[in-house]
Amino acid sequence: MFQHHKVLETNVFLLAVGILLMVIVGGLVEIVPLFSIESTIEKVDGVRPYSPLELEGRNIYIREGCYLCHSQMIRPFKDEVERYGHYSLAAESKYDHPFQWGSKRTGPDLARIGGKYTNDWHVRHLINPRDVVPESVMPGYPHLKRPLRYDDIADHLKTLRLVGVPYTDEDIKNAKADLEEQVRSDSSDAAIAKRYPKARMGAADGNPKTITELDALVAYLQVLGTMVDFTAVDPASIRR
Amino acid sequence: MSTNTDAAYCEDVVKKFVLAATFWGVVGFLVGDYIAWELAFPALNLDLEWTTFGRLRPVHTSAVIFAFGGNVLMATSFYVVQRTSRASLFGGSGFGNFIFWGYNLFIVLAALSYVLGYSQGQEYAEPEWALDIYLTVIWVAYLIAFAGTLMKRREPHIYVANWFFLAMILTIAMLHLGNNLAIPVSATTLKSYNIFSGVQNAMVQWWYGHNAVGFFLTAGFLGIMYYFVPKRAERPVYSYRLSIVHFWALIFLYIWAGPHHLHYTALPDWAQTLGMTFSIMLWMPSWGGMINGLMTLSGAWDKLRTDPVMRFLVTSVAFYGMSTFEGPMMSIKAVNSLSHYTDWTIGHVHSGALGWVAFVSFGALYYLVPKLWGRRELYSLKLVGVHFWIATIGILLYITAMWISGIMQGLMWRAYDNLGFLQYSFIETVEAMHPYYVIRATGGVLFVIGGLVMAYNFFKTIRGDVADEEVLAPATSGAR
Repeated sequence: MFQHHKVLETNVFLLAVGILLMVIVGGLVEIVPLFSIESTIEKVDGVRPYSPLELEGRNIYIREGCYLCHSQMIRPFKDEVERYGHYSLAAESKYDHPFQWGSKRTGPDLARIGGKYTNDWHVRHLINPRDVVPESVMPGYPHLKRPLRYDDIADHLKTLRLVGVPYTDEDIKNAKADLEEQVRSDSSDAAIAKRYPKARMGAADGNPKTITELDALVAYLQVLGTMVDFTAVDPASIRR
Repeated sequence: MSTNTDAAYCEDVVKKFVLAATFWGVVGFLVGDYIAWELAFPALNLDLEWTTFGRLRPVHTSAVIFAFGGNVLMATSFYVVQRTSRASLFGGSGFGNFIFWGYNLFIVLAALSYVLGYSQGQEYAEPEWALDIYLTVIWVAYLIAFAGTLMKRREPHIYVANWFFLAMILTIAMLHLGNNLAIPVSATTLKSYNIFSGVQNAMVQWWYGHNAVGFFLTAGFLGIMYYFVPKRAERPVYSYRLSIVHFWALIFLYIWAGPHHLHYTALPDWAQTLGMTFSIMLWMPSWGGMINGLMTLSGAWDKLRTDPVMRFLVTSVAFYGMSTFEGPMMSIKAVNSLSHYTDWTIGHVHSGALGWVAFVSFGALYYLVPKLWGRRELYSLKLVGVHFWIATIGILLYITAMWISGIMQGLMWRAYDNLGFLQYSFIETVEAMHPYYVIRATGGVLFVIGGLVMAYNFFKTIRGDVADEEVLAPATSGAR
């Protein structure tokens, strides 16, 4: 066996081909099936694309590197389910480009942070975490008080549609108006509330005149983990 | 590996990579230590957007992995491939300089982009799409220079170190392309969206992420081990057959291990189990490599006492053995249920990164500097010994603090009181980490100081100074 190895170690091309054949297998076997098997592409009621404001908030979450200290993936353990809520489903991050499951919990998991705290709490916490949680080691983010730049929001929705998020033409056309309405309207009858059910309406920082980065980030945090209504799940319908 | 050749080796490029590696090493350790202090004392985030943990952490990881590690890999691979092929660098010094400046410009741009708030939001793959395309060009140039030198070699065989370097270059190219498939929002903005989402994106990310460790930080640095350990020990590689088995097994098995980063997540169970199984199997080729490196010292163990550079190289291989045992253990689902999301993972990564990657790099750099600048030896071997001990104590403080705090954190999260309620709120577990964060960051200070001692030693060596010191004589017992 070892004398035949001479063929590979005297020919750069054959060595390179050998290496590529070796390293390509594992990835193919583990990745390709995930695009077709049931448990990774199932549809779950309630999961919807992010509203324009939530999407801007999500991009701030990524920009600030929140994923480096906060996970968004609750594992099916008794203590995690009691601490954070129902374990995470694959479908709940199906519109997450990129996924933000994280790998470290310097701070708590955020997969179901939505609705657990008031907007006011979030705003104070983001500006100076130690105002509300004295022992926190999270950085303060006072710079999020600045106005949000959202002129190109429709382009973001268009790009996401290219990678598979089902935004409609109407969603894209109304992207900017929807973003503004989510901050400025507090009515659940607004068009935005119909297009994006459960979107948290209103200005998080209490000032609807200026749309700030805080408004966007809090709108995102408040929708996290709330799209699927687990109280309405009938276990019998899941069992196959 | 004779040096009598007509074609002069292209060494000015290697020199540049060596200097850049030294510089980025100190910078990367320093940024890492700063953010370690931020976790102990959050006021150090300064309430400025550019200095928060979230923006500086990618600066740290990119600086140590791609800047320090990358420059070490390019320095050593270009040095080794020329000598073991008895051929000068393909494309010559001009092409080599293009790769040097191109690669280091990428690092500066990437670091700037993180600080200014541009990130793809995927660990170790933070640079945005334009930078990814630019890096692809540089990386292909690197492949051409390396493989081209192999093609014009005047030795019949390709030396084993070069197999590892070649596997590293090719696989990193594949991973980089696979994980950065993103569509930019417009041609004038850096923001993009990955074409994958959710569970598929997670699997691709950790296929990339784990193999950045497996190929960039392992295969590439094994290439370094296979040249510099035998050279410094003046002994041949222990077993040629073991190197063949260990090479092919390592590169085949590594690729499968990614899902162990996703245990108990929404990734299907079969994929998790596959990842765990291959991670455990990976223990064997890893230890095969360790044995091959350590046993190369047979008959030259006295050098461990007399040569502090050898001490760095050998200790690095020992750390490699330790972290490649710890890794498979942590990939077992039951262990992972405790260790995942905790600082134990951070400790594990650093026992590999500091103990293995950085130490084998230090050993190689200490070997290279006097050779490249035509000095008989380093300015001071004593200072190498000082560096060794400072850095080793630093690593021990770091990893023991993270073992204790990580396991404690995992246990606190799952602790119940006798009434059946969760015993600790999350913030209580954060508070409990404080002393360990301080110990860890103190270990980091020692590691940074060690890096500065090395930089000083290089500065003096290059200037041509020689310290007046007694050199330990090699053992004369003849125990060979």
